[in-house]
Amino acid sequence: MWLLKLAWKNLWRNRSRTIVTQSAVFFAVLLSVTTNSLQDGVFDHFIRNMVSFYSGYIQVHKAGYWDQQILDNGFEQNTGVENTITRHPEVVSVASRIESYALASVEEITKGCMVVGVDPQGEKAITQLHAKVISGDYFELDDHRPVALLSEGLAKRLKLQVHDTIILISQGYHGAMAAGKYRVIGLVRFGSPELNEQLLYLPLSVAQEFFSAEYLVTSKVLSIRSDKKLERIAQEVQQAIGEGYEVMTWKEMMPEVDQHIKTDKGSMYIISGILYLLIGFGIFGTLLMLMAERKYELGMLIAIGMKKQKLVVVLLMESVLNVVVGCLAGMLGSVPVVWYLYVHPIRFGGELADVYSRFGFEPVFPASTDVWIFITQGIIVLIMGFVLSLYPMITIWRLDAVTAMKK
Amino acid sequence: MDTIIDAHHVTKTYNPKTIPVVAVNSVHMHLERGEFTALVGPSGSGKTTLLNLIGGLDKPDTGSIMIHGTDITRLSANQLIDFRLRNIGFVFQAFNLIPVLSARENVELIMQLQGLPKNEINQRVETLFHQIGLEDKLDTRPAQLSGGQQQRVAVARALASRPQVVLADEPTANLDSKSAANLLDIMAKLNQEENMTFIFSTHDQRVIERARRVITLVDGKIFSDTAVVDTSLPHGISPA
Ligand SMILES: Nc1ncnc2c1ncn2[C@@H]1O[C@H](COP(=O)(O)OP(=O)(O)O)[C@@H](O)[C@H]1O
Ligand SMILES: [Mg+2]
Repeated sequence: MWLLKLAWKNLWRNRSRTIVTQSAVFFAVLLSVTTNSLQDGVFDHFIRNMVSFYSGYIQVHKAGYWDQQILDNGFEQNTGVENTITRHPEVVSVASRIESYALASVEEITKGCMVVGVDPQGEKAITQLHAKVISGDYFELDDHRPVALLSEGLAKRLKLQVHDTIILISQGYHGAMAAGKYRVIGLVRFGSPELNEQLLYLPLSVAQEFFSAEYLVTSKVLSIRSDKKLERIAQEVQQAIGEGYEVMTWKEMMPEVDQHIKTDKGSMYIISGILYLLIGFGIFGTLLMLMAERKYELGMLIAIGMKKQKLVVVLLMESVLNVVVGCLAGMLGSVPVVWYLYVHPIRFGGELADVYSRFGFEPVFPASTDVWIFITQGIIVLIMGFVLSLYPMITIWRLDAVTAMKK
Repeated sequence: MDTIIDAHHVTKTYNPKTIPVVAVNSVHMHLERGEFTALVGPSGSGKTTLLNLIGGLDKPDTGSIMIHGTDITRLSANQLIDFRLRNIGFVFQAFNLIPVLSARENVELIMQLQGLPKNEINQRVETLFHQIGLEDKLDTRPAQLSGGQQQRVAVARALASRPQVVLADEPTANLDSKSAANLLDIMAKLNQEENMTFIFSTHDQRVIERARRVITLVDGKIFSDTAVVDTSLPHGISPA
């Protein structure tokens, strides 16, 4: 008990020494939390942008649809499946789509396009379709009118403006003939030229009617709480709805994006590695300095009869207190820093920014405010601190009183 | 009589493989309880080395050192630490005290290490601080004490554990002559009141004058060993 008191007195009465040690740990945590929040924020933001672009985090199709994307591979909209999906606690919202190709014509011009029948409300939540409207209006939330939203590029190719009328011709479900006349209520802009030249949105029920496929959908698009659990959620949903469906993550649907992120993450890991090395040397250097300063004192304690075990216990308690306090302070201290970087996001240049612009996003990256970053980085530094605290103990073990007391 | 130190043929050589320095050369020494002995000799004559050997901080190459019946040359490093705690009181030249602890806590520490009960510790602290005349400095930190006061607290700490012998290596080296005299007075008083055995190394003539026995080392050998009959009249001593 009095050993603990001695450790406590050492900490409390030698403030400057304590402050130096705790600051070393504090800044270590601050640095690693901030760096990790930024890194995580970059990828989170990037992924969120990519998926809210069109695909969503996860899609559910009838088994086989992805390889052959035709209406005949669609499935009956069925409240059972939808309920099963929504019941998963990590799933935030679900939207149904029916997708197929059609010919769009205005007067003499005819072009191929992709018709996407969407649930206006769900699409607003998942892909922020409403935010992509650059002129005219978005659908009503429960829209059954014969109206269409056109991608900007397609509209240009058809030389068409808002309020004009467009005629669609296609093959419907089971080979039925499909034709319809729709009023353009708005134009949407996509960063990707592919999508910008092709997409044409109709309200879901209107599209189903056009394709003579009442109740048929080709995909359900899911948004989830956190991309970190992506694979697990996909697996669980797959298990819940059974083998008749295929559940695909954005990584499976956009493998090139996934690959790009993996490459960038690789370089981020190298940065993290260097960071931890710096942190390690920072803490170690501090301990080294402080041990040198205390050498005489420790030698004397051994000379007058303090067993090394006891001295080790005292130093261990000191280190534990220092590291724990430094870590907690660091975790708390990084909250405002991370918050600032969340509110005032960092603007990136370089390769990542190019990719971003190509897809029509601003290269702006708010820091991630995920509490797990604070916790894991805190724990990592805590463990590093504990491991490095072995150094003073080893020093004690090797200490020779006479040598230590030589000035 | 009660023999405290009985050392035979003690030799210590530094750097035996490169440039050997025989710091202590075949020393014999015998001390009875209650002696107040000065160890004198020029710088480099081996005083510190000899005190370290007697105190069990270092091991001799040859010879035996019996401290109150225990041959400390046979103890392991860990046993030696415990032996020192219970049998040897140390006063070093300077920086004897733990800076973060108050004067009282510095003295208590050694008794806590011995595992003495709280009330006994308190009693002993009171007695000792009365003896060293620092009752009013109990809760003062070392940095706020003068050099002489610090050494007095160090003496109190050395005595706290009621050791067999107190070894003081040039305890007055960093003190002015008045503080040095004062420290010696206190050591002499404690030597009387507690019947405590003291050996202190020094080359301060006024300190030597207070000893009742003077052992002179030259080149690691005992050059002379003289009992002083009257402390005011040193004779037969040839200080370095
Ligand atoms: N650790 C050591 N390594 C090598 N030589 C030493 C060491 N300690 C002391 N010596 C040498 O041993 C001799 C005795 O030193 P010391 O006991 O310190 O003498 P004193 O205390 O009388 O000045 C000196 O020649 C000194 O240089
Ligand atoms: Mg010396």
